[in-house]
Amino acid sequence: MSTTLFIVQTLNGLQLGVLLFLIAAGLTLVFGVMDFINLAHGVQYMLGAYLAVTFYGLTGNFGYALVLALIAALLIGLLVEALVFRHLYERDHLDQVLATFGVILFVNEGVKIVWGAAPRNLPMPDFFSGSVPLMDGLNYPVWRLCIIASGLLVAAGLWFVVTKTRIGMRIRAGATNAAMVAALGVDIRRLFTIVFGFGAMLAGFAGVMVAPILSVEPGMGDSVLILAFVVIVIGGIGSIRGAFLGALLVGLVDTLGRSFATDLFRLVLDTSAARQVGPAVASMLIYLLMALVLLLKPAGLFPAKGR
Amino acid sequence: MRRFLTTAGIAGAFALAAMGAQAQSVKVGVMLTLSGPAAVLGQHARDGFQLGIKHLGGKLGGLTADVIVVDDELKPDVGVQKVQALLERDKVDIVVGVIFSNVMMAIAKPVFDANTILVSPNAGPSPLAGAGCSPWFFSTAWQNDQNHEAMGKYAQDAGYKKVVLIAPNYQAGKDSMAGFKRNFKGEIVEEIFNQVNQLDFAAEIAKIASLKPDAVFAFEPGGMGVNFVKQYAQAGLAGKIPFLSAFTVDETTLPATQDAAVGLFAGAQWAPNMDNPVSKKFVADFEKDYGKVPALYAAQGYDAALLIDAAIKVAGGKIADKAVLRDAFKKASFASIRGAPFKLNTNGFPIQDVYVVKAVKRADGKYATETVAKVFTNYTDAYAKDCPLK
Repeated sequence: MSTTLFIVQTLNGLQLGVLLFLIAAGLTLVFGVMDFINLAHGVQYMLGAYLAVTFYGLTGNFGYALVLALIAALLIGLLVEALVFRHLYERDHLDQVLATFGVILFVNEGVKIVWGAAPRNLPMPDFFSGSVPLMDGLNYPVWRLCIIASGLLVAAGLWFVVTKTRIGMRIRAGATNAAMVAALGVDIRRLFTIVFGFGAMLAGFAGVMVAPILSVEPGMGDSVLILAFVVIVIGGIGSIRGAFLGALLVGLVDTLGRSFATDLFRLVLDTSAARQVGPAVASMLIYLLMALVLLLKPAGLFPAKGR
Repeated sequence: MRRFLTTAGIAGAFALAAMGAQAQSVKVGVMLTLSGPAAVLGQHARDGFQLGIKHLGGKLGGLTADVIVVDDELKPDVGVQKVQALLERDKVDIVVGVIFSNVMMAIAKPVFDANTILVSPNAGPSPLAGAGCSPWFFSTAWQNDQNHEAMGKYAQDAGYKKVVLIAPNYQAGKDSMAGFKRNFKGEIVEEIFNQVNQLDFAAEIAKIASLKPDAVFAFEPGGMGVNFVKQYAQAGLAGKIPFLSAFTVDETTLPATQDAAVGLFAGAQWAPNMDNPVSKKFVADFEKDYGKVPALYAAQGYDAALLIDAAIKVAGGKIADKAVLRDAFKKASFASIRGAPFKLNTNGFPIQDVYVVKAVKRADGKYATETVAKVFTNYTDAYAKDCPLK
């Protein structure tokens, strides 16, 4: 285990963390602010990727595809909010889980009808398609650096909006006591609609950004959804800061676990046993981490204030 | 006595009526995975099977083909329910299915117990090839180990000394590595087990780069394969470390990986460029009818239709007698898409040549696999010797 490899794997871990943050940010916002469990968040991430594929096919330009996909993701988010989710804010979590799970099934099959079951491709924009040599024989794609940069920008932007602006103040107030905010004359429904549309757009943005390195396929949102929930549970529900640090923690623990668990177990076990035990333990690490956090700090590492 | 005669008479009349009806048509239940992320495999197999029937003029062995397609949803319990409906309610003569081995292990017994022919267009789990083989089972695909073994043999023949293996951490991944190692005698530098449905392979790819092997062997079916192949190419490893694979690079994933997969190797018994009239006609018509390049699964579905057709012809259309039909399947021979007369082993699996294939971008801009070299001639699986059938 060389130092270079360790540094490379740490970078990979941070990058996975930022990727998870992009997905978890919208989820924690909707979950925290509106107390609404949106399992369909993963579906919005998937739609972002598919829309980008379609718009790329039409325009041949990644930038246009990104912008158009974001607008479409926002519109779809608002439409679904008006059709389905608006009627669920007052209901308990189980109803929300059931209804949004139904949305997952519906959209996954819908995507298959519209785009087909075969995975699709979104190429990287040419300008960012290069790579930098990280270590002997391994290049680091510039696009991954773009993912990291965009994740950091989103984090900074969200922090600014939520803590420094009037709308951010209302969002925080709405999260703490929605009835009181409504009594003070703020249109809480409209506020929720804005938050929800924005959350859907963030999910769509994550989908567009990761599409060049991942498979764009039906159901691609389902596997990230679980990771995103792990992230926000560890970080503290409703907290952007928690989602960010939780995502980095999960990314690092998962990546370093996958990278070095087998080698570590080899110190105490023979090779074939280490190859069995290593990956098994590595795949459990983030869930063990979550269990540990829930045991010691049930509200998460960085809970939102007032909850 | 008179009552007995009446009953016998009525029963006989029904039997005659039934035989009369059956003499004109054959009912085939097709069960594949048609929903969920793996649906694309089932769609290829279904489209291939239906193109086969179309080429046969809507008939199988001269009988009108009555095809019922059902979706097993990749769930063994759903598969069992639906196969029982096919057997008991629809009273199908033949079942064609399935894509995945876990569903196969669940549905095989109910089908065999009903004395019904089961034609597999894909799944070939080892229990059905070895001691648990059945006279009712016939495959137009492979035993699961075949393509992994072919890649191991290819790596051995190519003189690779150090190889890294990577597969998802589940039973099929472990079987894949075992299959590869059966013919590869060089050093396995590392066996990497990634998580099932893993998104980001950066950590695994960095590890591979640091180990500097002569080749990599990957078994990453479906979306995992797309993720892995794209990221492998983006990390600049594609041109440097030869990439051998099974069920990872094929026409179901190539539309998503595109250039990232070009030049990567896989094991297969068929590729769309195979130079024989049956295959050429199949590929041309498949691309015309369905607008996509057929993958292995489509070819296996097509051969399933041809096999049933040939068997019913051997049976002289007498599909009501299951034992006669079963023996007809054993004797059936036809010009397969593989470019040779189709041959079955005693355990119902094909005896066939296996190739290493390579992903290419064709002149028309579409991505497909092409044969590079023949790895096995008249390959038979390692389990057939345990099968008591003769």
